[in-house]
Amino acid sequence: MAALVALTVSIISFALIYMAGDPAVALAGENATPDVVAQIRAQYGYDRPLPVQYLDWLAHALRGDFGTSPYFRLPVSELIADRLEVTMILGVLGISFALLVGVPMGVLAAMRPNSLIDRAALFIAVVGQAIPSFWFGLILIVLFAVNLGWLPASGADSWKGFVLPTIVLGYYATPAIMRLTRAGMIEVLGSDYIRTARAKGVKPRKILFKHALRNAVIPVVSLAAVQMGFMLGGSIVTESVFALHGAGYLAWQSISRNDLPTMQALILIFSLFYIFFTFLADVLNAWLDPRLRK
Amino acid sequence: MTPPMVSPPAPVLSPRRQMLRRALRHRGLIFSSIVLGLIVLIAVFAPLLAPYDPYKQSLIARMKPPVYLGGTWKYPLGTDALGRDMLSRLIYGARVSLMIGLVSAGLSAVIGTVMGISAGYFGGRVDRFVQYLINVRLAMPVILVALATVSLLGGSMFIIMIVMGLLLWDRFAVVLRSATMQVRAMEYIEAAEMLGARQSRILWKEILPNVSSHLIVIFTLEMAHAIILEAGLSFLGLGVQPPTPSWGLMISEGKEMLLFDSWLIMIPGIALFLLVFSINMFGDGIRDVTAPEGRN
Repeated sequence: MAALVALTVSIISFALIYMAGDPAVALAGENATPDVVAQIRAQYGYDRPLPVQYLDWLAHALRGDFGTSPYFRLPVSELIADRLEVTMILGVLGISFALLVGVPMGVLAAMRPNSLIDRAALFIAVVGQAIPSFWFGLILIVLFAVNLGWLPASGADSWKGFVLPTIVLGYYATPAIMRLTRAGMIEVLGSDYIRTARAKGVKPRKILFKHALRNAVIPVVSLAAVQMGFMLGGSIVTESVFALHGAGYLAWQSISRNDLPTMQALILIFSLFYIFFTFLADVLNAWLDPRLRK
Repeated sequence: MTPPMVSPPAPVLSPRRQMLRRALRHRGLIFSSIVLGLIVLIAVFAPLLAPYDPYKQSLIARMKPPVYLGGTWKYPLGTDALGRDMLSRLIYGARVSLMIGLVSAGLSAVIGTVMGISAGYFGGRVDRFVQYLINVRLAMPVILVALATVSLLGGSMFIIMIVMGLLLWDRFAVVLRSATMQVRAMEYIEAAEMLGARQSRILWKEILPNVSSHLIVIFTLEMAHAIILEAGLSFLGLGVQPPTPSWGLMISEGKEMLLFDSWLIMIPGIALFLLVFSINMFGDGIRDVTAPEGRN
């Protein structure tokens, strides 16, 4: 299934640039003469039959060659490899933030369902989901960079530049992680083996961490992997707000500059990352849950 | 032998009455209905409510602060860098957001419902094909594909609504697929099949009404999703084009003045938050009211 999905995604990424008609016209710009358009068409091979173009593009892509970016005048693969590091760091930081906030909140909420803490956690989750991330980012900039002057508003010169983007990227995944932790904990805490452990006189702290959390957190791990895949999409907005020069920012640049080869490559790579992370989620789930191991 | 004592039966309310009763007791649902109702009214009567033309620029009235920051009542929410009245733009912006949310979510709902119900009802090959489509759709990052297509096709409102409508059907398909599977196992479906009801009748009259509560809940979620996404696209400069008064675009325009006049982004941002928040709350309320056993 994953392979078939990946193949389809590659066809879509390839075909996307034909949606607006002739890609050579799009690359050449509005005021180009027919000669220039024809030259570009030949240079990029847009004059060949579509299936030939696709297979050629795919064959090169599999070897890591996505052609040359007409805007940056650099090989696309070099460009992306350069930018991917920032995005990866941001992704790992973002998911760590979501786990570090979401899991404890979920556990606290589950210990006393319908208590004040539980209601407050759910309320924060609902509010958080309604705040557009780009707006949240701008508010954090106003607050921490402009008014308080603690953190830089943009760039990634030091670790400080990652603090605000991490929060903006991570907060969106937090409610889902919190809710899943909470649901898992409530289910596990109501199970027979926890009652047995309590009856045996095992310390409540040990029950909570060793017995309950370990089991409740299994689905959260795979959710985190899936969320990591989603975060790549979120990195486009976050990196644009904070002018972090990662792959997300590159995606926005390539789209607004009509840089078709880079656009194609990034759509394919982002999608493949997502497929990889959902696959990883399945593997992790099977590995962590002995009942699924055969 | 005396007959056994029979206590008079408790008054049984019809399911519909019970639902209405729960709805009237649900504070979140009532609050969100009022806010949403107000926003819809504002959008519908925008020309009557807006004090100024939302497109009219004024060189002498640029960057006037809102009343709460020492401005005058002439421009209650101030003016932007081109001297346009913020309140009027905000009022007209409600039209853009609601329109985009309703049309995009509506299109997605049609696509996702057809897919979900056919996968759940027919199963087998149809189901595998729909699952494959869902997986492909999920693998492609919405914002990236939306940005790329909108930039290639041009950022008119019509195109944005179509592109988002074609992208946001996944949750409809996933949820309606499993809901249909549950309904399909019910005895009344079997009975209808035994009676020789046509397939189209079963799908329309038996399945669809019984999954419609899920449909409404997902519709609210996706409507909120579409509104945030449009704002995000417009913020990135690849959505609704200026001078249209879109809230996302207003935030983007205010970004330039972020350092000194942050109210320019606060006002449209709060409007956006309020709309999305009440749509989500409304959806949660509908879920609680229609499926009380499924709470928590």
